Amino acid sequence: MESFAALVDALVYTRSRNEKLRLIAEYLRRTPDPDRGWALAALTDGLDFPAVKASTIRNLMHERVDPVLWTLSRDFVGDTAETASLLWPEPERGAMTPPSVSEAVDLLLHMTRASVMSDLPRLLDRLDADGRYALIKLAAGAMRIGVSARLAKVAFAQAFEVPVEEVEEYWHGIDPPYAPLFDWAAHGKPPPDTENLPLFRPFMLAHPLEDTVVNLVDFVAEWKWDGIRVQLVHAGGETRLFSRGGDDITATFPEMTAALDFPAVLDGELLVRGTHQGGDAGGAASFNALQQRLGRKTVSKKMLGEYPAFVRLYDALIVEGEDLRDLPWSERRARLEALMARLPAERFDLSAVIEADHFEHLAEIREGAREEAIEGLMLKRRDSPYVAGRKTGLWYKWKRDPLLVDCVLMYAQRGSGKRSSFYSDYTFGCWDGEPDEGAELLPVGKAYFGFSDEELRLLDRHVRQHTVNRFGPVRETDKSLVFEVAFDSVHESKRHKSGLAMRFPRIHRIRWDKPAHEADRIEALQALVRD
Amino acid sequence: MRLCLTMAAPFSWIRPEPHGIYVSPADCWIDPSRAVGRALVTHGHADHARGGHGGTLATPATLAIMELRYATRDGATPVSYGETIRLPGGVDATFVPAGHVLGSAQVLLEHAGERVVVTGDYKRRPDPTCPPFEVTPCDVFITEATFGLPVFTHPPVADEIGKLLKALADHPGRCVLVGAYALGKAQRLIAELRAAGHTDPIYLHGAMERMCRLYEDFGVDLGELRLVSDHTKDEMRGSVVVCPPSALNDRWSRRLPDPFTAMASGWMRVRQRARQRNVELPLVVSDHADWHELTRTIAEVDPAETWITHGREEALLRWCQLNQRRARALALVGYEDEDD
Repeated sequence: MESFAALVDALVYTRSRNEKLRLIAEYLRRTPDPDRGWALAALTDGLDFPAVKASTIRNLMHERVDPVLWTLSRDFVGDTAETASLLWPEPERGAMTPPSVSEAVDLLLHMTRASVMSDLPRLLDRLDADGRYALIKLAAGAMRIGVSARLAKVAFAQAFEVPVEEVEEYWHGIDPPYAPLFDWAAHGKPPPDTENLPLFRPFMLAHPLEDTVVNLVDFVAEWKWDGIRVQLVHAGGETRLFSRGGDDITATFPEMTAALDFPAVLDGELLVRGTHQGGDAGGAASFNALQQRLGRKTVSKKMLGEYPAFVRLYDALIVEGEDLRDLPWSERRARLEALMARLPAERFDLSAVIEADHFEHLAEIREGAREEAIEGLMLKRRDSPYVAGRKTGLWYKWKRDPLLVDCVLMYAQRGSGKRSSFYSDYTFGCWDGEPDEGAELLPVGKAYFGFSDEELRLLDRHVRQHTVNRFGPVRETDKSLVFEVAFDSVHESKRHKSGLAMRFPRIHRIRWDKPAHEADRIEALQALVRD
Repeated sequence: MRLCLTMAAPFSWIRPEPHGIYVSPADCWIDPSRAVGRALVTHGHADHARGGHGGTLATPATLAIMELRYATRDGATPVSYGETIRLPGGVDATFVPAGHVLGSAQVLLEHAGERVVVTGDYKRRPDPTCPPFEVTPCDVFITEATFGLPVFTHPPVADEIGKLLKALADHPGRCVLVGAYALGKAQRLIAELRAAGHTDPIYLHGAMERMCRLYEDFGVDLGELRLVSDHTKDEMRGSVVVCPPSALNDRWSRRLPDPFTAMASGWMRVRQRARQRNVELPLVVSDHADWHELTRTIAEVDPAETWITHGREEALLRWCQLNQRRARALALVGYEDEDD
């Protein structure tokens, strides 16, 4: 538990992704089985101990600490687990017998609602403050220390020098402490058998096209629909839906579970029925409509009726046990088309191939993407196999041109890692009326990329020289600098005072020359809303 | 028969005002936050030792620190530890070691048979740069409460120095940059590193040089110190660099070899505080009493009344209530210990 606690602490304080990877990889290499498996589970998916509830820790503390002192402490620290770890009576130095991670997990799993109030204290008494913090975080289920499942998988691959794609493939469907995964990666045993498990397969991704011109003899074009990329898997009698990061979102879209009833792994865009994208023929509602459905653990009948989901299929990876991933796209496409008859039309359709004679013709078609409320185009090599990640030259995304608006810098915040001495995160706003008649700026977005290192140095200097107020790590600047901000689209949002939220905002150009009063007004942005 | 006694209420000769503690018979202030005619100053931190008083009574080290800061010794009266000074109005003042920083003192005031101790800032841990806190019995104990919450337990300083030296060994191509309060914390940290056997040169931010020299003049050995501005990145690889907390994330640090950032402060006990500072290595080293020292000290001094000031008064007040001790919270302004 001590080395796990040290890892947790180091991860809390580390902002660099590479350093996080190094820390996790080193822990995984050094720690024996099954401790490292449990630790990995705690860091990523979280472990579920039914006897430990959010209230358990509070109740334990109320038995030991005056309630007024507890509340004052909790308010200052801001985190229940940490407050409890600090307030727990310190055991004698040297008298502690810290449990291993697996012993702690084992004890936690065997606690009941009746025994937890006496068993958990015995465990806490064996640890120092950092150990108690790690234990309480682990016991409560969610660590929330900035380690995504993806980061953990990359670290695992790094630790044992195995391909991350294979880690991703085997990871799902194996329960903590992932013994078969460690047997394979660390002990050289054969990889886990995954054929009859509803597993996530890593997605094939695309590079931005930028200035590349492709020949349509070699490449095929499809629309880039504005939903979320999903993978639908049926294996061993079960259907699961995974998001791009490999998160299981089956429960959020129950209507999709019954829709696939033969073994297959399909790649597509999850959308809601509507006419926003591409009109009647497009058949898909806006991303905002889909957003109503995202992030829910249970879904009401009303939701299902108002926002019916479907998957627009892009690709077929595995069908009836046959792995198609090494076949060229054109063959996979033929197999996918043949499959459509077996899939209910209510829940599936096929992402259409765009007919274009040549590249210039395609560019014209793309010009219409914004009118059609579609994100842009996808270009895929006709002979490309389905490979995990981004392989150069196979798939390209060609998004529609961004929207531009002139905003005024309002606040700047320090960055992290290499940028920690630079004010690199910018909040900007538009005028709510006529600037010469006392109008004010309302924040409309925040961006931290789109500029060069040299520009960052200049921006940093500007912020320092034009600070009018400081709030912790944030500086308010005088309202003098104009940014040309590029963004993909803008939506109404109750979360912001301006009532608007941008998607993918970035600094397109710094307008050192432009006076702030000539920046855009809120109405200009409102006119771009297309919901 | 009626007895007519004219007697002032207990302790009415000393009272908290928003800008400091006022001793009326002597017309003098303790650690006033604005310029006054006569001030008793407990220690040299800027929030206790303001410049511009008509007369200042303090220990020789505190006066030297104030002179360094304000470039004047006008009206300074040095008072040694243990020495008693008679103030106007029949008030006796004695300076007693507080163990906070070089020169730091508690002030014992005696008047009309009543004894009041003003602690200023203090700690109970050994500190190689100043004499230890002395428990002084009194009727009214006016205590600081910077870390007056039960979550604050400062670990043994040797553990924290060990973490610092381990980080140094783990990152040989980098330097470990430690943010530390320029008066007190920086010198104590260096002295503790020396005590732990670290004899390599330690690099200083320019703002710390004069204070370190002053400590050396008062007999505190800090070993070989070098200025960052005199050396190249390569020379500083594998070294400890000490700077004021404000310089940690400042442009200044760009001249250092890939610094691994640490901060030495009692606030580092709380993770979010360390994260707000962008610190990779929090070192819980404080020059203030932690919760256990605060409560233990009140119990040892065992005053009739405890007055609590600058810090988290509420929790310490609650502790006094729970332990049947008479206590009140003072609302003084202008004290900040964010960088301890």
